Amino acid sequence: MPFIPHTEADIFAMLESIGAPSLDALFDEIPADLNCAGLKGIPAGLSEMAVTRLMHGRAAQDGFYSNFIGAGAYEHHIPAAVWQIVTRGEFYSAYTPYQAEASQGTLQLLYEYQTMMASLTGLDVSNASLYDGASALAEAVLMAVRANKAGVRRVLMPATVHPRYRAVVQSTVKHQGIELVSVAYDPATGATDLAALDALAGTHAAALVIPQPNFFGALEPVDVLTDWAHAHGMLAIAVTNPLSLALLKAPGQWGGGNAAYSSLTPSPSPEERGEPSAPLRGGDVVGADICVGDGQPLGVPLSSGGPYFGFMTARQALVRQMPGRIVGRTVDLDGKPGFALTLQAREQHIRRSKATSNICTNQGLLVTAATIHMSLLGPEGLKNVALASHASTRALLDKLASLSGVERVFNVPFFHETVIRVNTPVPDVLRALRAQGILGGHDLGRDYPELAGCILICATETKTEDDLEQYRQQLERILSRRNGREPGVPPCAYK
Amino acid sequence: MLIFEHAHPGRRAHAQAPYNAPAADDLPAELLRQSPPLLPETSELDVVRHYTRLSQKNFSIDTQFYPLGSCTMKYNPRACNTLAMLPQFLARHPLADVETGQGFLVSMYELQEMLKEVTGMAAVSMAPMAGAHGEFAGVAMIRAYHDARGDSARREIICPDAAHGTNPATASMCGYTVREIPTDRQGNVDLEALRAAVGPQTAGLMLTNPSTLGVFEQSIVEIQRIVHAAGGLSYYDGANLNAILGRVRPGDMGFDVIHMNLHKTFSTPHGGGGPGAGPVGVSERLKPFLPIPYVLEDRGFHRWAEEGDCPQSIGRLSTFGGNMGVLLRAWVYARMLGGQGMLRVAEFAALNANYLAAELRKAGFDLAFPERRASHEFIVTLKKLKDATGISAMDFAKRLLDYGFHAPTTYFPMLVPECLLIEPTETESKETLDAFVTAMVKVRDEAQLEPELVKGAPHTLPVRRLDDVKAARELDLTWKPV
Repeated sequence: MPFIPHTEADIFAMLESIGAPSLDALFDEIPADLNCAGLKGIPAGLSEMAVTRLMHGRAAQDGFYSNFIGAGAYEHHIPAAVWQIVTRGEFYSAYTPYQAEASQGTLQLLYEYQTMMASLTGLDVSNASLYDGASALAEAVLMAVRANKAGVRRVLMPATVHPRYRAVVQSTVKHQGIELVSVAYDPATGATDLAALDALAGTHAAALVIPQPNFFGALEPVDVLTDWAHAHGMLAIAVTNPLSLALLKAPGQWGGGNAAYSSLTPSPSPEERGEPSAPLRGGDVVGADICVGDGQPLGVPLSSGGPYFGFMTARQALVRQMPGRIVGRTVDLDGKPGFALTLQAREQHIRRSKATSNICTNQGLLVTAATIHMSLLGPEGLKNVALASHASTRALLDKLASLSGVERVFNVPFFHETVIRVNTPVPDVLRALRAQGILGGHDLGRDYPELAGCILICATETKTEDDLEQYRQQLERILSRRNGREPGVPPCAYK
Repeated sequence: MLIFEHAHPGRRAHAQAPYNAPAADDLPAELLRQSPPLLPETSELDVVRHYTRLSQKNFSIDTQFYPLGSCTMKYNPRACNTLAMLPQFLARHPLADVETGQGFLVSMYELQEMLKEVTGMAAVSMAPMAGAHGEFAGVAMIRAYHDARGDSARREIICPDAAHGTNPATASMCGYTVREIPTDRQGNVDLEALRAAVGPQTAGLMLTNPSTLGVFEQSIVEIQRIVHAAGGLSYYDGANLNAILGRVRPGDMGFDVIHMNLHKTFSTPHGGGGPGAGPVGVSERLKPFLPIPYVLEDRGFHRWAEEGDCPQSIGRLSTFGGNMGVLLRAWVYARMLGGQGMLRVAEFAALNANYLAAELRKAGFDLAFPERRASHEFIVTLKKLKDATGISAMDFAKRLLDYGFHAPTTYFPMLVPECLLIEPTETESKETLDAFVTAMVKVRDEAQLEPELVKGAPHTLPVRRLDDVKAARELDLTWKPV
């Protein structure tokens, strides 16, 4: 009996103590006609050795690829120490720290995590994590709507936000009558179209979502967007890659009236529209109000999509609207510092149908990984990873854009992802690359029909010059063949 | 000491970051960070030692008996972790073509099929990332079903008062109002109250079985008949699935939707509070509304169902489809157990719970429902002790920590005063249970003889009782350098 320690003698003694004639008798309160006839569709049990052999076979079948896909999940080196510590039984097999005195390890780690995330994003407070980046954005939208005292149930959602994030937000918030209004992007830059945004100036909305970097890897004019949101009585919700924040301006520093674009139409203040202004802020105030994103780049392996973790930080004034666990530092009976879950009156186990969210657990183990990961890298290490990833994608873009049949699509700076267009159907190109062991990127035509022919490419610090060169050579060969030329022959004499 | 207090300017874990990364001279200065984030500057050894020491301040299943009722803290087999973390599985990008992940996908498909068999439901989606997330998916499907039939006047979800807080919170998130119905004296749903509550406004009922009171809902068939007759759908909260695994199946009982907590019944780790996994199973009529993705099989080839495959789906719940690594662990566990092993899970969970209840009763403790058979868990009420000595369930729980036992769940369910909800799980031995009884008796004796000792507990942990009021009033949520 796997994982059941009972001997025959134990079973006999325990049934005798209970006064039950058999194990079956323990189920005598279940109406007899409900009993099922066992679980015939479940295969027989395997030993650890047998299941190991089976699983190794399947892993080998899947193999390894040279990966240039990003699109919301990023390959990075993870120090060996991270997961060795994370999978210590004391972290791995503990539960939510309800008994604070018996959970100081997890609680202190969460407090350290909250400190790191608040600093990284430049905001005041952090929760102890949410499920993933997309669900964190959904929670941020709900939070912004709750915080809107005028009861506005509309949020501006740029088309440059990850399509899956937009889908998850939609399937999460639609039940509460919240409307998402799309904002177009500029086809030249791949960043949010400021004129299109300005056309929405009269739209009463609770918040503007600002992705940085956006789904195309492009850098948005975050100062302008933040000021625009505040000037129009909206909260600014930042969606960021946390790794990028080692290099890019923290959302808590966005805006503040220093924006270069002053041509945007001023709009009536909340007071002029007859709405109470609190907790809204004017266009000259610094910083996004809420920041969310996926913590996966901070020490979490790709793992076919999860488990990852969503992070959320916010201004202090919004802390009571936050969903999820929050850890606070306090003292014990002797005045010694210690840590405990706090502000639990927001949560479902206390507030039930009036809670800020139904969320119960967070993604504790992944946060454990991220905290150890950030500690090992430190501020300089994290920045170096961001810089190296940026440089790697730049180098890849230079190599690929030099090929005939390949062009760069957007003309703004990017972080570690960008878009190329190929003159051959993308599925064919990606399939041919895959046959050479290369995952060449994400087909943008799937979610953006106008970008058919475009591939979102990403090269992190894990890619060597040789890896980039392999990609270039294979792509050149594939495009040459497709375009009716022999491989290896330069497409143009002057290139 | 915090990790930040171990830091020294200029110290580095040199092996961990690329050197000499070129400057990002192409990025506009106004988009760059001005000052470094507050991350510690430490050596690798500093970090390893700090977090290893922190881990040692935790109670965990691997180190202590953890009879936390309603949480199913059973042993998490190590093989599940080792095999889910094979490098090919870790390296696989979620958007890589399914052709590159057939070994992974066939495992997902097999788990999906096994969960169908375990629950008796028509179809399963493993997209939800936690129990509460599964609840959300389930209630959203109930809503989608009514909406698709143009039956949108159904605005109410019924929850028994013993329900987990996630049930009413979920109903609210799905835009429903919540109607609570009481529990009768035997711990069952009050049928008369239920009959009075249902009507054309009823969208559905959320029922936890065995209930959070640790007993099987004996009128479960009648409860469903009442809800279905009123046009509502029935939701089975599978939080306590461990108690009935292989004995009864929610699908056979006529339920429309169930969520499972794989971090309970299928022994994936609780991880200090996540990640979990909360797959949902549905009856035939809810099938079109399942959240995406789920795995489709066609002549041995596996792929994810997407928007085009199921236009009526309630949609996506996560960026990439769910907590895949958790699902892999559950697959390993399910394969090691097999069908027979799963039957034994419920049998021995029930044996341990009923034995522990019997022994505690013999030792003079009051069971909340002494006339009922325990399921996989049961409730002890310390009301008499509190009245006699002033020692509360909280005091009692804290003193148990001193004896090396994680405390049972306290003050839930709220229906029972001064309660301890105790769930031993099937993986604990008789000796462990006996030692727990001895500790319970000791603490009770102390409550009578040395109440101050119990009120001041714990005494042997890294900290003594913490000031929760100060934590909430004087918020200190991040460390600030002095």
